[in-house]
Amino acid sequence: MNGQIAAVLGIPLVGGVILAALGHRRQAAEINIVLSALTFLASAALVAHVIGEGPFATFGNQFFVDSLNVFLVALTAFVALTTAIFSRPYMRIEEERGKLTAGRLRLFHSMYQLFTFTMLLVLLTNNLGVLWVATEAATLTTVLLVSLYRTPASLEAAWKYFILCGVGIAQALFGTILVYLAAQKVLGSGMDALLWTELARVRGALEPTVMSLAFVFLLVGYGTKVGLVPVHNWLPDAHAEGPTPVSAVLSGLLLNVALYALVRCKVLADGALGTGFAGELLMGFGLLSVVVAAFFLSRQRDIKRMFAYSSIEHMGLITFAFGMGGPVASFAGLLHMTVHSLTKSAIFFAVGHAAQKTGTQLMEDIRGLVRVSPTVGWSLMLGTVAILGLPPFGVFASEFLILTTAMREHPWATPILLVSLAVAFAAIFSKVQPMVFGETNANRLPHPPALLPVFVHLAATLVLGLYIPPYLAQWYREAAKLIG
Amino acid sequence: MMLTPELVGQIINLLAAVMLLISFAMIAQRRVITLVDLFALQGFVLMLSTGFVAYTTGQTHLWYSAGITLLLKVLLLPWILHRLIRKLNVKWEFEGLINVPTTMLLGIVLVILSFNLALPIARVAGTITRGTVGIALAAVLLAFLMMIIRSKAIPQVIGFLAMENALFFAATAATYGMPMVVELGIALDVLVGVVILGVFFFQIRERFDSLDIHHLEKLKEE
Repeated sequence: MNGQIAAVLGIPLVGGVILAALGHRRQAAEINIVLSALTFLASAALVAHVIGEGPFATFGNQFFVDSLNVFLVALTAFVALTTAIFSRPYMRIEEERGKLTAGRLRLFHSMYQLFTFTMLLVLLTNNLGVLWVATEAATLTTVLLVSLYRTPASLEAAWKYFILCGVGIAQALFGTILVYLAAQKVLGSGMDALLWTELARVRGALEPTVMSLAFVFLLVGYGTKVGLVPVHNWLPDAHAEGPTPVSAVLSGLLLNVALYALVRCKVLADGALGTGFAGELLMGFGLLSVVVAAFFLSRQRDIKRMFAYSSIEHMGLITFAFGMGGPVASFAGLLHMTVHSLTKSAIFFAVGHAAQKTGTQLMEDIRGLVRVSPTVGWSLMLGTVAILGLPPFGVFASEFLILTTAMREHPWATPILLVSLAVAFAAIFSKVQPMVFGETNANRLPHPPALLPVFVHLAATLVLGLYIPPYLAQWYREAAKLIG
Repeated sequence: MMLTPELVGQIINLLAAVMLLISFAMIAQRRVITLVDLFALQGFVLMLSTGFVAYTTGQTHLWYSAGITLLLKVLLLPWILHRLIRKLNVKWEFEGLINVPTTMLLGIVLVILSFNLALPIARVAGTITRGTVGIALAAVLLAFLMMIIRSKAIPQVIGFLAMENALFFAATAATYGMPMVVELGIALDVLVGVVILGVFFFQIRERFDSLDIHHLEKLKEE
């Protein structure tokens, strides 16, 4: 079990260094895939271990694995692998078109692995301080990826990303200091006072005033990274201007990981306060994000920007679900995290190919994808249908659960959610439909692009919509119990 | 001469006051070189106060923390920033978005606010330095204010780093500092962040021939 955690964290860390040292070769993309595949295998072994023997802590309790984080570790490693597979042909074409140089590809591959490492560290660490350090490191590794094209717009996006997330995460550091202050009273000074497992054990004894202040700071801090309104401004820019593989992992993984950090803090705050304070804050911010993002969707012209706003909307929905709490809502939140991550990255893969073929990200200039390339057209359409929450895809199942729980427990929120979802539906569908089926005089592409990752993701989403395997459901239930 | 705990407590309070003064000086300062020097001075004050807390409480890890502060925030980062300013030929003076008197008034409001906010924290904290939590929080918010009112890249980054300093000060004041591993991690993040920003500045310069982040305001919702 130590070996598995060491492998999950060690492979991407060492891999990033190796890829940086090697420089850009023809095989760098393949090495990237192999490393990601190894990380995924290691995470699969970790999952098998946890299923067999239950949660455990190791390395002097510095790392720990339970149902909540092991499922995110597997998801992160999986999407990191498929994105690595997607990025190989994609980045090669970008290089051939002269948009990227060998040096920047080296940066891309190396940072990609290090970014995977930081996310896995956030998930696996038991120490709230290290959690903060790793979240900040995840920002640092992606700043230079967002500005990879060095266009004025991408530089601006990266600058905004750095400053906003940097300031946001500084608030989270203050929150962490406050948690440590509250913990010292109970656990004494030293490393143990920041261990989540220890804090969760004594959470009832933590000083409530300090913990409520701490949670507010943590919410603003990690909420910036989740992309919650009103601290979301970096997100659409970073997604639109960075290379598509980066958009896919930012949207599909980083947001989840930041939300995970927030959820861990919520568990502590709930225990200390004994009131619904933390949950209400989460619900408020979640609902605001859903509403604002839904109304911004229709104003977008850039396709990646539009789907970035869609990510804000979905993260808001998940935050709302965790805010409601309870076994069903938390279950739905976890399921939604999974299907959103799979579907959104699939959409970004399809969008990346569409934008690459047509040479533009402006939606009014992309027309008739089905004629140009049926695979790209259909995968974009299917992905859109899935993310909009139409049955039989998994997003439908989780949104249905969230809405029914809201109806039962917070009836006032249901109409707001329904209207926002309808607005989002209208906005996205009316823009994607002509892009896929509209008239075009462009010629059909000679070779269909390799879109295997898209179909794997969509198939997984479809399966989760029709049938959740019992062990997976069990796992979600246990994780939901942890969240409370 | 033996330093009594009372004396050390007073020295720490004095240093906290100096810290607050430096924060105000930073939001008023218009010359970029002086700003870097003020940042170095702030780091120095932070190091001294961490050192005094370490001396009087006997917390060994605070000595290391003071050492890291000296190396990183008093020597290395100001050196990197000076070098960047020289290499990039940054203009010496810059205008804030709001004039100085208004900024000062805003700053005073922030200080009052943070003292209020710090009350419950100081009540819980059992440290001899708990009186300075309010000042630490004020320094965080003043650094925040500085980032908002500056329109140039380098002053914004200095604001960011000053915020990091203030957070360290807050950690020392409220809890005698975070565990060693965490402090090392934070220091590493700050260092890597500044190096990345250095790279980034050159990219911005190459593209825009200026470090005015007004060039970076094209991405807006129409």
